[in-house]
Amino acid sequence: MATQNAKINVHHVTRVEGHGNIVVNVSNGAIETLEWRVPEAPRFFEAMVRGRHYSEVARITSRICGICAIGHTLASVKATEAAMGIKISKQTEILRRILKHGENFDSHVVHVYFLVAPDLLGAPSVFPLAATHTEVVKCALRMKRLGHEWGCIIGGRSTHPTKAVPGGFSNMPDNAINPREASEALKRLKDKILAMLPDAVATFKLLVELAPKVPVFERPTEYVGLVDNVEYGLYDGKIGCLMPDGTRQIVEVADYRTVTNEYVSPLSTAKYTKHKMASYMAGALARINLNYNMLHPEAKKIAEGFGFKAPCFNPYMNSVAQFIEAVHSAYMTVGYIDELLKTGIQDEPLAKPTKYGKGAGSTDVPRGILFHEYEYDKEGFCVSGNCIIPTNQNHANIQKDMEKLVPELIAANKTEKEMELALEMLVRAYDPCISCSTHYLDVKFKK
Amino acid sequence: MAKLKAAWFDFTCCEGCQIEMTNFGEPFLQLLEHVEPVEFREAMSEKTTEPIDVAFIEGSFSREADRARLEEIRKRAKIVVAYGACATSGGINALRNHMDKNNVKECVYGKDASMPHLETNPKVQPISAAIKVDYEIRGCPISKDEFIRVVTQLLHGTKKVYVPSFPVCVECKMKETVCLYELGLHCMGQLARAGCGAPCPADGIPCEACRGMVDEPNQEALEKVLMERGGLPEKWAKAKSRMFTANFRRDA
Repeated sequence: MATQNAKINVHHVTRVEGHGNIVVNVSNGAIETLEWRVPEAPRFFEAMVRGRHYSEVARITSRICGICAIGHTLASVKATEAAMGIKISKQTEILRRILKHGENFDSHVVHVYFLVAPDLLGAPSVFPLAATHTEVVKCALRMKRLGHEWGCIIGGRSTHPTKAVPGGFSNMPDNAINPREASEALKRLKDKILAMLPDAVATFKLLVELAPKVPVFERPTEYVGLVDNVEYGLYDGKIGCLMPDGTRQIVEVADYRTVTNEYVSPLSTAKYTKHKMASYMAGALARINLNYNMLHPEAKKIAEGFGFKAPCFNPYMNSVAQFIEAVHSAYMTVGYIDELLKTGIQDEPLAKPTKYGKGAGSTDVPRGILFHEYEYDKEGFCVSGNCIIPTNQNHANIQKDMEKLVPELIAANKTEKEMELALEMLVRAYDPCISCSTHYLDVKFKK
Repeated sequence: MAKLKAAWFDFTCCEGCQIEMTNFGEPFLQLLEHVEPVEFREAMSEKTTEPIDVAFIEGSFSREADRARLEEIRKRAKIVVAYGACATSGGINALRNHMDKNNVKECVYGKDASMPHLETNPKVQPISAAIKVDYEIRGCPISKDEFIRVVTQLLHGTKKVYVPSFPVCVECKMKETVCLYELGLHCMGQLARAGCGAPCPADGIPCEACRGMVDEPNQEALEKVLMERGGLPEKWAKAKSRMFTANFRRDA
């Protein structure tokens, strides 16, 4: 017996960043409406950066998102550096990689423990869990605090970092007054990360127990994320596009528009993106499908503990991929700090511009691949900007997932309530960051 | 003491100020001993239609469509706290206030700019432009310690929350941060409202007055200092204060 009638109207999906609505209408077993809508207020960042000096632009576009502020800052300074011929030092590159891993860890902890875990534990939010699962919540809060300190030591702040600027860092780690103290600050960060690992392992056991509650659903799609020669694609690299059959295409960051191909869909509130298939996915699952072999061995062990195999076509597994990445980020940072400590930190001046023009930069933020592009005039003032955020790139994929999922739920005779939860959990799995709304559009809906 | 029934709401913003609150780590649980979250869309699925003791509102008032939702929150809440630069001054969103609205829309959305969903107010304003606000917590992002201070005062029923009216320069001196002008850089600390503890100059970047300006700011003097001591060209010196303080400028 299949579900005959269902009317779902989730206004402002909870436990996601920003505002999104799910509208489903099933009548006599037929789907009449099935839409993922985004009513977020537009913010016009690309217009606002015009006329601003290159030294200010990253501090403006960082404000696109309070959660991936580090990634926006880094994509922005990289784009500015590409546009102005600024060449950064090896030390800056490694510190930025550490900063990027810090954000990845920080954001994934928030998503997995505070936003997704309540679904798997049957709670409406993390607040009741503070009473029923006190130790897990305390662990999660300790890890969140670590992610915050990680960002602060390197970037000055974790929300809207101060110190990552075009050409390098405005100050040494922890604002140390000399290189020796900066090295000590890094060593303290390393010790804190190592001390956190027992917490992570303790909660890993709980997550493995919960993993069977992750819905079983598969829809092979194209996966897009950074692919880096040096490590698992996060801070840097080229654009990797992975098809379900395993074929890969590598595209230069400067040619990002040939991958994103933004377009307006008559069924959508947001601009969609599309590459080779009808939609593509960005985010932790896309990255892990593209970069599994580059995972730190300890993170691979965690993946094996979950029974995770790449490529994985279940979007709900994005949260599991995030946890694996959090462990990866912790171990990679320990390795990078050791590398820096070998030679010691130097007090380096900022690298200077050598030209002016147009340039693009990309980082893979917790929610997926992010592009910034700017053009500067000869005095260093911004002429134009373009930012394509990961959540925009995922909207079409969320819609396509829903189009496959809802008929399956109908066939399985699910109740309206069960369908609603399954759809909300799907949206949450993508960890959408809707307030990064640089490119949202509205279309009248047929009622 | 009864727990405060608190709800969090967000409008045009990045939601970074609410993230700041999770950065306390374990001590966050102590906050829950005094505050009972009854609605917080980003963190919880529970919703309420009951009256609430305090509404924390993040984000700017940037489109007329949000007015009704704000008025509804005001009706339900005994106390309204606007927190973050976007909510208290318009923040970074007001950086476009001097630009032509249609030009802004076309710049980002091209031929689709006239679609109804993209309608926006010509000027981005603080929450207080739409409803009465009882307390403000400034900054981009907020200082989480200041947030706790305000909540503590609310719990004790304090009528007025202390907000410094002196400039950020004072806090740099107290912190013994070397003045950025001495390092050949520029800064807005001279007329930026303090209370943050001046973290940005200590991090080596200019203060951009994310908490707004002091009362009766002398903008001509700021522009003069930016040009003469900071070496900024005139157009940059004149535009500098748009970043977070567009609504404090003479031309607002």
